[in-house]
Amino acid sequence: MSKYEYVKEPALVKGDHDFSSLTRLVTDINLRPTPKAWYVAMIGANTLLFVMIAAIGYLIWEGTGIWGLTNPVGWGWAIINFVWWVGIGHAGTLISAILFLFRQDWRTAINRFAEAMTIFAVMCAGVFPAIHVGRIWVIYWVFPIPNQMQMWPNFNSPLLWDVFAVSTYFTVSLLFWYVGLVPDLATIRDRATSKIRKICYGIFSLGWTGSNRHWWNYEKAYMILAGLATPLVLSVHTIVSFDFAVSMIPGWHTTIFPPYFVAGAIFSGFAMVLTLMLVARKIYGMKDIMTNDHMEKMNIIILVTGSMVGFAYMMEFFIAWYSGVEYEKAIFMLRATGPYAWAYWTMMTCNVLSPQFFWFKKLRRSVGFTFFISIVVNIGMWFERFVITVTSLANDYLPSSWDYYSPTIWDVLTYVGTFGLFFTMFLLFLRFLPMVALAEIKAVTPQADPHNYDEETKEFIPPKVEVPEPQAQKV
Amino acid sequence: MSANNEQTLYGILAEYRNPKELIDVAREVSKTGYQKWDTFSPYPIHGMDKAMKLKKSKLGWIVFAHGMVGFLGAVTMMYFMAVADYPTNISGKPFLNGPAWVPITFELTVLLSSFGAVFGMFFLNGLPKLHNPLFNAPRFKKATDDGFFVCIEAGDSLFDKEKVKKLLEEAGATHIEEVYE
Repeated sequence: MSKYEYVKEPALVKGDHDFSSLTRLVTDINLRPTPKAWYVAMIGANTLLFVMIAAIGYLIWEGTGIWGLTNPVGWGWAIINFVWWVGIGHAGTLISAILFLFRQDWRTAINRFAEAMTIFAVMCAGVFPAIHVGRIWVIYWVFPIPNQMQMWPNFNSPLLWDVFAVSTYFTVSLLFWYVGLVPDLATIRDRATSKIRKICYGIFSLGWTGSNRHWWNYEKAYMILAGLATPLVLSVHTIVSFDFAVSMIPGWHTTIFPPYFVAGAIFSGFAMVLTLMLVARKIYGMKDIMTNDHMEKMNIIILVTGSMVGFAYMMEFFIAWYSGVEYEKAIFMLRATGPYAWAYWTMMTCNVLSPQFFWFKKLRRSVGFTFFISIVVNIGMWFERFVITVTSLANDYLPSSWDYYSPTIWDVLTYVGTFGLFFTMFLLFLRFLPMVALAEIKAVTPQADPHNYDEETKEFIPPKVEVPEPQAQKV
Repeated sequence: MSANNEQTLYGILAEYRNPKELIDVAREVSKTGYQKWDTFSPYPIHGMDKAMKLKKSKLGWIVFAHGMVGFLGAVTMMYFMAVADYPTNISGKPFLNGPAWVPITFELTVLLSSFGAVFGMFFLNGLPKLHNPLFNAPRFKKATDDGFFVCIEAGDSLFDKEKVKKLLEEAGATHIEEVYE
């Protein structure tokens, strides 16, 4: 026993569940016949996916001229969408890796879900830089493999760092996700009755038995992966911000970019997790596992990171003034009052103002309000990337070259189409894979701890948990 | 499962009610000196490593070795490409541009370390495994749901069918069976 006494947390899983009922709650979704509503949703998602494929097909046929890119705005929606999707992915890794290192057991209810979101969001993100190169048939020039020019990639370029960062991030996220899935796939394998399911889940569960000699290495691997994914996730959005910060454009060339991008990424990612979680838990009846306590904790993270983002916006303004550089000062004044002021104030309202409502416990625990804010935050974060990318390019050093940027229908269709890719993948995930990390959630129930059993009779004794109500202190 | 003399015995499988019983029986079995035995549970049980007297996992060393390969591989690759094979003057920057190489070196170190962690873990566990005699016991399906099992293998030098059964029975097993290859 440790010498410290902790205040015990209230049970993470609500309702009267034992191991077996948790197994049934989660894996029945994968084992029962496909519901009709799933097909309806899948048709919708596939339609959008085909919109994306058509938009990309036309782009490859015709060239990037079909987008709204002009001189001087050479980066438009494609880059905005890339940064937005990558940012969304970050919440999944934060939940699975950083919260694991901090021993936040509540993560077990949402980590599988959030990691899936990460992987699919990074897939959507990866589409944009790949098609943005224009001549996609020579995309392999970005990799360090021999080509007909006999030249190697430019290791001084942040765009190349991004290639390595995003592909590493995708690979590591996928491995981490799969490692977590193996024991749960074994659970489905052992419950499956049809031959095809037995074979498929059997192959992907690799012959997992739940051996404690195996768990011993497994937990070590999980810990190491969490330790590796933590600096990785911070590095990825840092390097994405280098795409901007390493250049010499006013409003981009700032040292605040890496932490500010990472905070924004977590902010938007948590909002997206909430959007998906609130819908999925209602449809699949997961309220015992994904409780309102989880929602409240995530809302607190949104409040914290939203405030960090708000602080960064103000700090940018201050440093622009403090630096004494005229172009820096000009661009920030133009952002707030210039041709894109509408986008700037949308961003400020959605990102700085809207999370502040979460200071109130009532609103933090309100499902409807949380859902509304989660959408608002995602819109706001899209506008943040719009403001950063477009305003700085549209109004740079020479006023004679200033121009106003507007997207075309193809920009819009490609972006909307990536939601088709995202939701197609997500629906497949919900149908065929356990959406809750079953082995992990079993491990955090009170029944899982051998200390909660009587020494003599070996019967389960539920631990008494008394959470003291916070008291208003008189000073 | 009926005992068939022509089949070779793989081990004795015993089921227990809960993690407390499992950890207690693990303590008992590890005292007796058996080597080829294992416990099975739907999730990792805290304290089971001590109860089973498991040695520290070697995985850390595998990850370290892979990480070093990633680190050295990244630096060597960039040195070869940007300095040795085809140096290109890019805005007058030095060919050997240390700070600019940091991100890629970091990413490749993390990537290779992760490969080490995942594939090293499966390697140490002997997975993927196409066949396991334990799957012959229908009851063993519960191990991934809510069952807690101990198996002492017949391949152990101290193995004696009756003694093992007695040991597991006295520890409070709810069900004991012989598992065949």
